[in-house]
Amino acid sequence: MKIDTTPEVSGMGHSMKRKEDPRFIRGKGNYVDDIQLPGMLYMDIVRSPFAHAKIKSINTEKALKIPGVLAVITGETLAKYNLHWMPTLMSDTQMVLPVEKVVYQSQEVAAVIATSRYIAADGVDAVEVDYEPLPVVVDPFKALEPGATVIRTDKKDKKDNHIFHWEVGDRAATEKAFAEAEVVVKQDCYIPRIHVASIETCGCIADFDRVNGKLTVYMTTQAPHAIRTVFALVAGHVGLSEERIRIISPDIGGGFGGKVPVYPGYVIATAASVVIGKPIKWIEDRMENLQADSFARDYWMKAELAAKKDGTITALRIKTLADHGCADAAANPSKFPAGLFSICTGSYDIKHAFAEVDGAYTNKPPGGVAYRCSFRVTEAVHMIERVTDILAQQLKMDPAELRLKNFIPKEKFPYQSALGWEYDSGDYARALKLAMERIGYPALRKEQAEKRARGELMGIGISSFTEIVGAGPSKHFDILGIKMFDSAEIRIHPTGKAIARFGTKSQGQGHETTYAQIIAEELGIPASAVQIEEGDTDTAPYGLGTYASRSTPTAGAAGAMAARKIREKAKKIAAHLLEVSPEDLVWETGKFSVRGAPQRSKTIQEIAFAAYTNHPQGMEAGLEAVCYYDPPNLTFPFGSYICVVDIDRGTGQVKIRRFMAVDDCGNIINPMIVDGQIHGGLSMGMAPALMEEISYDENGNVQGGSFMDYLVPTAMETPSWETDKTVTPSPHHPFGAKGVGESATVGAPPAIVNAVVDALSHLGVTHVEIPMTPERVWRILKEKGVAE
Amino acid sequence: MIPAAFDYHAPKSLAEAVGLLSQYGDGAKVLSGGQSLLPLLKLRLGQAAHLVDIGRIPGLEYIKEEGGMLRIGGRTRESALEHSDLIRSRYPILLDTVLVIADPLVRNMATVGGNLAHGDPGNDHPATMLVLGAQVVATGPKGERVIPVDKFFLGLFSTALKPDEIVTEIRIPMPAARSGGAYVKFERKVGDYATAAAAASITLAANGTIAQAGLALTNMGPTSVRATAAEQQLVGKKPDAAVLESAARAAAQATSPNADRRGATDYKKEMGRVLAVRALKKALARAGGN
Ligand SMILES: Cc1cc2nc3c(=O)[nH]c(=O)nc-3n(C[C@H](O)[C@H](O)[C@H](O)COP(=O)(O)OP(=O)(O)OC[C@H]3O[C@@H](n4cnc5c(N)ncnc54)[C@H](O)[C@@H]3O)c2cc1C
Repeated sequence: MKIDTTPEVSGMGHSMKRKEDPRFIRGKGNYVDDIQLPGMLYMDIVRSPFAHAKIKSINTEKALKIPGVLAVITGETLAKYNLHWMPTLMSDTQMVLPVEKVVYQSQEVAAVIATSRYIAADGVDAVEVDYEPLPVVVDPFKALEPGATVIRTDKKDKKDNHIFHWEVGDRAATEKAFAEAEVVVKQDCYIPRIHVASIETCGCIADFDRVNGKLTVYMTTQAPHAIRTVFALVAGHVGLSEERIRIISPDIGGGFGGKVPVYPGYVIATAASVVIGKPIKWIEDRMENLQADSFARDYWMKAELAAKKDGTITALRIKTLADHGCADAAANPSKFPAGLFSICTGSYDIKHAFAEVDGAYTNKPPGGVAYRCSFRVTEAVHMIERVTDILAQQLKMDPAELRLKNFIPKEKFPYQSALGWEYDSGDYARALKLAMERIGYPALRKEQAEKRARGELMGIGISSFTEIVGAGPSKHFDILGIKMFDSAEIRIHPTGKAIARFGTKSQGQGHETTYAQIIAEELGIPASAVQIEEGDTDTAPYGLGTYASRSTPTAGAAGAMAARKIREKAKKIAAHLLEVSPEDLVWETGKFSVRGAPQRSKTIQEIAFAAYTNHPQGMEAGLEAVCYYDPPNLTFPFGSYICVVDIDRGTGQVKIRRFMAVDDCGNIINPMIVDGQIHGGLSMGMAPALMEEISYDENGNVQGGSFMDYLVPTAMETPSWETDKTVTPSPHHPFGAKGVGESATVGAPPAIVNAVVDALSHLGVTHVEIPMTPERVWRILKEKGVAE
Repeated sequence: MIPAAFDYHAPKSLAEAVGLLSQYGDGAKVLSGGQSLLPLLKLRLGQAAHLVDIGRIPGLEYIKEEGGMLRIGGRTRESALEHSDLIRSRYPILLDTVLVIADPLVRNMATVGGNLAHGDPGNDHPATMLVLGAQVVATGPKGERVIPVDKFFLGLFSTALKPDEIVTEIRIPMPAARSGGAYVKFERKVGDYATAAAAASITLAANGTIAQAGLALTNMGPTSVRATAAEQQLVGKKPDAAVLESAARAAAQATSPNADRRGATDYKKEMGRVLAVRALKKALARAGGN
């Protein structure tokens, strides 16, 4: 990639240090829990010990006697205002507080408002709830059996636990291809329920100003504008009007999709503030966060791959059951109940494909959010990368060779996939070959053969993933009807500095830096002199927020387009100043000069000053622009990862010895930030492959509901990642970029699984489910007679 | 994650602390590093009306050799052991142990006395102390008494300490010639309690046979389990692979682990065996055998 700006300007391609870091490094970030308002009260939540139970009574007497406890809010309280239920982003409904029954363990049952956090906790302890346990539905397959206990009895006429059926592709053509196939491989695969476990838990301060009738909510949200509209739509009947709602998303300590939904706590705190007229703070603790907030994944997949004997893949078929818990509270674009799962044909030129997904209710927390994954892409990539390896194993082909044979060739881009996507650009073979070269693939295979002969277990796994990010074009993509554009508004000050506001919201991605670099690239104003703001709905332009790797593809693009509008106006001002016609001017970073007379020029700073001091007659003063960018297509980042593992035959422990990640996210704004995204993403991809899982016992009791058992990897468990890149620009994006925040989370897990299976393949192992805990692997070793 | 209310006391002397404990009886708890006690209180799994913080009492933090014994003050922090040259050079088994206890943040706060007094079978020091034949010095209203560590752990979260006693010192016999010890832990991630862990010590006789052996396992029952049968098997034998294997198997057989998220009981028992072998091998190497 060519770099066009100086380090002082730091446009595209500079590893400029993050502008936000000085405040984070010095502990000067401003998170929701840092905010203190005068007269603020505290809320704490009573939660259900049962996964499914009737509420017979709630006795608040003892709690209300504790000095400092001001109120206990129950479902009955909210029912008076018809606020005890709320819509989910998938047009399902979810309880705010129950009136009749609870449907998952740790569900909110009542809220205590008190003068301090400590008193609120004592109040929670003193609320007495009488439950009558009901039969619990944990297994989504059993949930769909006839006669299963119906969970959503609130829905009139609902006689089962089925939520939706969704399918895509040509079923008949796919079936025909399978009938004619020379080889067919099949695999069932479960992607367990996991949790984003962001370091900052969720919370808010709801502050209703009775005098002005204005509600301000400081909230841990990735999508403040959408939240404002949702609030206006669901609470309009109690007098909340959109111009009097202000959502402020201050510094956010990680979101990863878990801070897209509206949680009951936000609504209860808001209702309480409106009723009491004081600011109310609610901050979850870690266990509440893990046990009650939206989960991710929980996909039960069955996949089949058809191929010719020479390894040419001819068809793919996947049938999936999605466990959504007690409500479909995914945060997908509304028309996509299974998200972008139809990317499941992956990086391969597969003529025929068919995929179907059914959703089921169970007695578990609602979800599932797209945890660092653009809507079910992780599940799709895991499955295709697994069956591809299984096919290679069956055909006794090297998995790299099989991939190279089946990749969509680079000449075929833009490529129409069998399931309806137009892949924008790619060069998959180049990325895989680079990864193989960097890691020394042939030498590793040789080492593996030697180790095998000595009885040692070593494996090499590949994942060549294709992502689909940047939702999305308004034709298909909306959330509750709001189109998934995003926005930027730039103002240039008289001295040539700038402020720019965006509809997105950084949660660690570094927008304050990268957005400034985009504007620096387009206008030549140093990135250090471009202030970026997001997250305040009273000031920022409307946008759908940050998740699904969409910020650069949408808001980043909006920033570039707004800057280009400014450049157009700047050109007219420069023409006026230089007394030439605009057509006679040429732009090079930071200035317009007269064609053929480069010494006659005006810098952007001079032009900015003129915009306020000496603007041409008939032109408006000032220099600013807004853009609402509707992307013409999604972007399709990709990469090839190679993982090397060693397995301890005594304990079953998998050790990642090396991990080489080659990523391609098109043109790069800040290589250092991209590297950071990849490193973090790889760690978050390793986590579910080896450690993290939330499961439930037969009574619906959560297992893994604290950091004691929800095993988030630390630096000690994380290998030293190796990274490299290829650059294949997106042809439709204003500066050729693609999203990158999620590539590694999506691409890493199957590379690790493939490596473990590879280490055991000579023993007849073809699949291992995740997380590949030491015990799970040890049981395989024992069964195969190779445990130490 | 907010505890119920309690009164906090910060005595300046041992006598004052013991006095407070006697006064409040069962309602009082010693607060040392707080790394086990505070989580219990915050989760409201335990309650104490009075916390007696022993952190301001002088003279309880030291590591020294004296009178043939290694003496560790009851309030000595794990991080002090970790950075002690004496421990590093003379007691590698203790260094092994400290380095697998939690993480540096916890080790800066947590204390050796607290690690034993808590009576948690998941804690790592008990097994090590068992194989080293340590003594726990408890100070109460009637002064000091010395409790052999073999008699210290009574059951799950239960020890021989009385409510008004404070662990003031841990004594460990200085290592004999041709002896070595090791602690090997298997955990799901750093900071986790052991899926299984083994402490081993071996002293070799002049003829290369095992003169004395210690073997104990962590988190494999209601208390750390000293594998006496296995120890007896080892004594007098030439330490070859088969002998170590057989002792490890005996040690694992004598355990009764609970199934939990770390694994089922059969897995844990097997891990006990695998780790016992590894610990014995490492101890043997340190004793100068092979
Ligand atoms: C995240 C985390 C991970 C951990 N991982 C491990 C691990 O891997 N291995 C491990 O061994 N430990 C682990 N621990 C526990 C840690 O080592 C504890 O701190 C230790 O077990 C208790 O020591 P303390 O000084 O913190 O005691 P406290 O928490 O203060 O007290 C614990 C108990 O002992 C009593 N007590 C404390 N000191 C005395 C004394 N001198 N006399 C009488 N009674 C006393 C207290 O009354 C209380 O009942 C972990 C802790 C945390 C928070």
